[in-house]
Amino acid sequence: MSTELPVLKPADFASDQDVRWCPGCGDYSILAQMKKVLAETGKTRENTVFISGIGCSSRFPYYMNTYGMHSIHGRAPAFATGLKSTRPELDVWVITGDGDALSIGGNHFMHILRRNLDVNIILFNNAIYGLTKGQYSPTSKVGTVTKSTPRGSIDHPLNPISVAIAAEASFVARSIDTNIKHLVKTMIRASEHKGTSFIEVYQNCNVFNDGTWDYAKNKATKEEATLVLEHGKPMVFAKGTKGIRLNGFMPEVVDLEKVAQDDLLFHDEKADNSQLAFLLSRMRYPEFPEPIGVFRAVERPSYDQMINQQVTDARADKGDGDLAKLFGAGDTWSVK
Amino acid sequence: MISATDQFPPTSKPSESVSGVTVRLAGDSGDGMQLLGTQLTNTSALSGNDVATFPDFPAEIRAPRGTRAGVSGFQVQFSAEEIFTPGDGLDALVCMNPAALITNLGDLKKTGILIVNSDSFEAKDLKLAKLDENPLEDGTIEPYRTIKVAMTSMTRGAVEPTGLSVKLADRCKNFFAMGLVFWLYGRDVEPTLRFIDKKFSSKPEIAEANRLALKAGWHYGETTEDFASTYSVPAAELSPGTYRNVMGNQALAWGLITAAKISNKELFLGSYPITPASDILHELSKHKNFGVRTFQAEDEIAAVCSAVGAAFGGSMAITTSSGPGIALKGEGIGLGLILELPMIVIDVQRGGPSTGLPTKTEQSDLMMTMYGRNGDSPLPVIAARSPSDCFDVAIEAWRVASKFMVPVIIMSDGYIANGAEPWKIPDPSKFEKIEISHPDKPNDGDNFLPYKRDENLARPWALPGTPELMHRVGGLEKQDGTGNVSYDPDNHQHMVETRGKKVDLVAEFVDPAKVEGSSSGTLVISWGGTYGACHTAIKTCNAEGINVGHVHLRWLNPFPRNLGEIIKQYDKVLVPELNMGQLGSILRQKYLVDAKGLNKIKGKPFQVNEIVDGIKAIAK
Ligand code: SF4
Repeated sequence: MSTELPVLKPADFASDQDVRWCPGCGDYSILAQMKKVLAETGKTRENTVFISGIGCSSRFPYYMNTYGMHSIHGRAPAFATGLKSTRPELDVWVITGDGDALSIGGNHFMHILRRNLDVNIILFNNAIYGLTKGQYSPTSKVGTVTKSTPRGSIDHPLNPISVAIAAEASFVARSIDTNIKHLVKTMIRASEHKGTSFIEVYQNCNVFNDGTWDYAKNKATKEEATLVLEHGKPMVFAKGTKGIRLNGFMPEVVDLEKVAQDDLLFHDEKADNSQLAFLLSRMRYPEFPEPIGVFRAVERPSYDQMINQQVTDARADKGDGDLAKLFGAGDTWSVK
Repeated sequence: MISATDQFPPTSKPSESVSGVTVRLAGDSGDGMQLLGTQLTNTSALSGNDVATFPDFPAEIRAPRGTRAGVSGFQVQFSAEEIFTPGDGLDALVCMNPAALITNLGDLKKTGILIVNSDSFEAKDLKLAKLDENPLEDGTIEPYRTIKVAMTSMTRGAVEPTGLSVKLADRCKNFFAMGLVFWLYGRDVEPTLRFIDKKFSSKPEIAEANRLALKAGWHYGETTEDFASTYSVPAAELSPGTYRNVMGNQALAWGLITAAKISNKELFLGSYPITPASDILHELSKHKNFGVRTFQAEDEIAAVCSAVGAAFGGSMAITTSSGPGIALKGEGIGLGLILELPMIVIDVQRGGPSTGLPTKTEQSDLMMTMYGRNGDSPLPVIAARSPSDCFDVAIEAWRVASKFMVPVIIMSDGYIANGAEPWKIPDPSKFEKIEISHPDKPNDGDNFLPYKRDENLARPWALPGTPELMHRVGGLEKQDGTGNVSYDPDNHQHMVETRGKKVDLVAEFVDPAKVEGSSSGTLVISWGGTYGACHTAIKTCNAEGINVGHVHLRWLNPFPRNLGEIIKQYDKVLVPELNMGQLGSILRQKYLVDAKGLNKIKGKPFQVNEIVDGIKAIAK
């Protein structure tokens, strides 16, 4: 008999349930890449848990042959906190959407990031409410015309990366549903990170908001519209013809025929303060290319590690809990 | 160093033995009345009396000084007999200022003693209490035996050797009052001296000042001619054993810790601070060496959801709150219900609706805990009847939750939570274990069916990390057995009914109701914190020959299996509640009985005489 553990293939992570997303939905690709990532990183099915909220993307756990919980709207981070705090050895993923994480679940999203619970959060950003059939979301652009906003939406959108950085996230990244290689690489980085890792994925909802990320995906525009972040490297895009330079506190696009690479902004995902990451998060197309990859990856103790450490320390200090000692502490008296 | 014996000599005045005393200490919320009350309670319990307390304080941490809104009170009854309430009329009332006097005097018995700090009845004090006349001079206090004590000036004099500022010296006056009250009732000062040493160990000059104030109060009693005698309350005849005092929230926390221990589980609490439930969070946080993990969540919703997550992972999961928080948790509790995971939800009720009366007691969340979730979503509901009962209730709730794979709701209230009583310390080795098992292999050939049920309709509690039992749970309706999402109409009806039936089955597992008092005539049905007042009232009425029986409900859902039969034996049913008649409505609907309500919604517990009057009004 072989003593080696069986190596799981991506298909081993598929559950027996029919996938019910609309044909052509960007969710399919993310699901497929996830199975690859788990197989590639040698994860087991029984030690992996997917927790989601409500929305199209949140059906995700049903399709994975792992443990899973399809919870309630916006609250997946809270369920994950209870689970991971008590079972730190499990590999926990939170699957959420723009409405789920940033609207109804905005509070939990912010707090899981600052606590740095060691889970991976994937936010499927399609800038629309899909499951409720097409209302604008907190990431929809001003003026988005939907059933609930016939004259166009009037609220200013949130930028998920900026929010995550402001909420003290220790790992922040962005990728794109159809950019398969990049997505896999980014998810592997997230999985390896100790602490909360957050990935915003540009995901196409071909039914209610088709083409919203086309500029970042189409052959014709994607080189100009995106910039692949690499730690320690200068910020170069458009096939090496353009770069980003800092002018005072502001980034500017420069032509590399006129400016030397050494004068460009260099990426530092490990920077102690989050100013560079925040500055990058504010770059939006068409004024700038939109960065994809890891904005920030810093080390900080995780919540689950610390909550368990306190239990270990308390046991070391006081000994394992003894009920008789607990009840008898303080003033007592006897009745004969 | 002051020792108990030489500095606090026993009184040379005559001592009158009485069977029980009810004392209320009232002052400004900054006057230290709660501390004084707690010391008097502990000391009385240590001397063998049965005790029951009722702390009553404003919602504001420091309400405007000297105003009526800022009055903080602590009532304690200590007795040579077994008692169940903090007492109705007061035998003694200590008032530190005019506002305390005017808001509390109505509860003093005509034969009672009034002790006032006469230094705090200056014009400015009267103005703060919105009084035109000085109640010490206008006849208000005429009917009572009043003892005016210049507590502020005497305290200043007593602590002078420590060189404390006037401001700090004035803070010691509650210890002066304590010394006087301790002298009057022959209480032992030793526990209080120990308390002072511990509490002020880092501030020796404050400790010394408090000791001096305590001693001055004691000696004042002995020297003044206002008191001709003292009172003594002999020890009560409690069943043999070792006792201590417990408060409701503390007992609840200890019950939870015990339940975790005897079920071999680690405890997880997800909670958000809220009055009057926060002390459970505080208490549990202290006991991490029992494997307790406490999570102070960002809000009430995250608190309940984290508990569901911990339950999924195999912990004994708990969330605690009060009414406003339970309202927010509704959807999360509903998820726990449909996931069929065991957990405990605690509602320490307070006055509602909305923010209501945060520091006052009420029983007005019953309908919410029974019905306050979307869909048909019944859950077992159990209510504690007294501070020490919280301990047993916590264990029983976890027994049911883990056996039936269901969230159980525990109801307490502000009166129980902050009240204290003696508790006979149980022997930890005698607790019956709570057996919990987790499957480690498939239960249907090679398949695992996460919703395959046992004889109690409970599903298997399979934990993440177990090979071959991978499964997904969620809030969508699920097919029985497989747990897969199902929109099938017949399956939905079956599942809703099955979840309901599971709760009904709890009635077979828990004790039937017991009747106290007469077995015919009028039946009083009560629940929760009104137990003591109802029990005492029924005893009083039975002694007067009135035909009245009493059933106190521990489980509100399901009702005890024999309750219908019991109700049939009586002509009349009276349901005293601190709400508009919530249990009464449910009883009427379920048993088609003409239950009469006795309803008080004042943020205060029932007095015994109110229940007695209610019984007399309907009983023949
Ligand atoms: S509605 Fe949009 S997001 Fe939802 S499954 Fe269909 S395509 Fe995907």
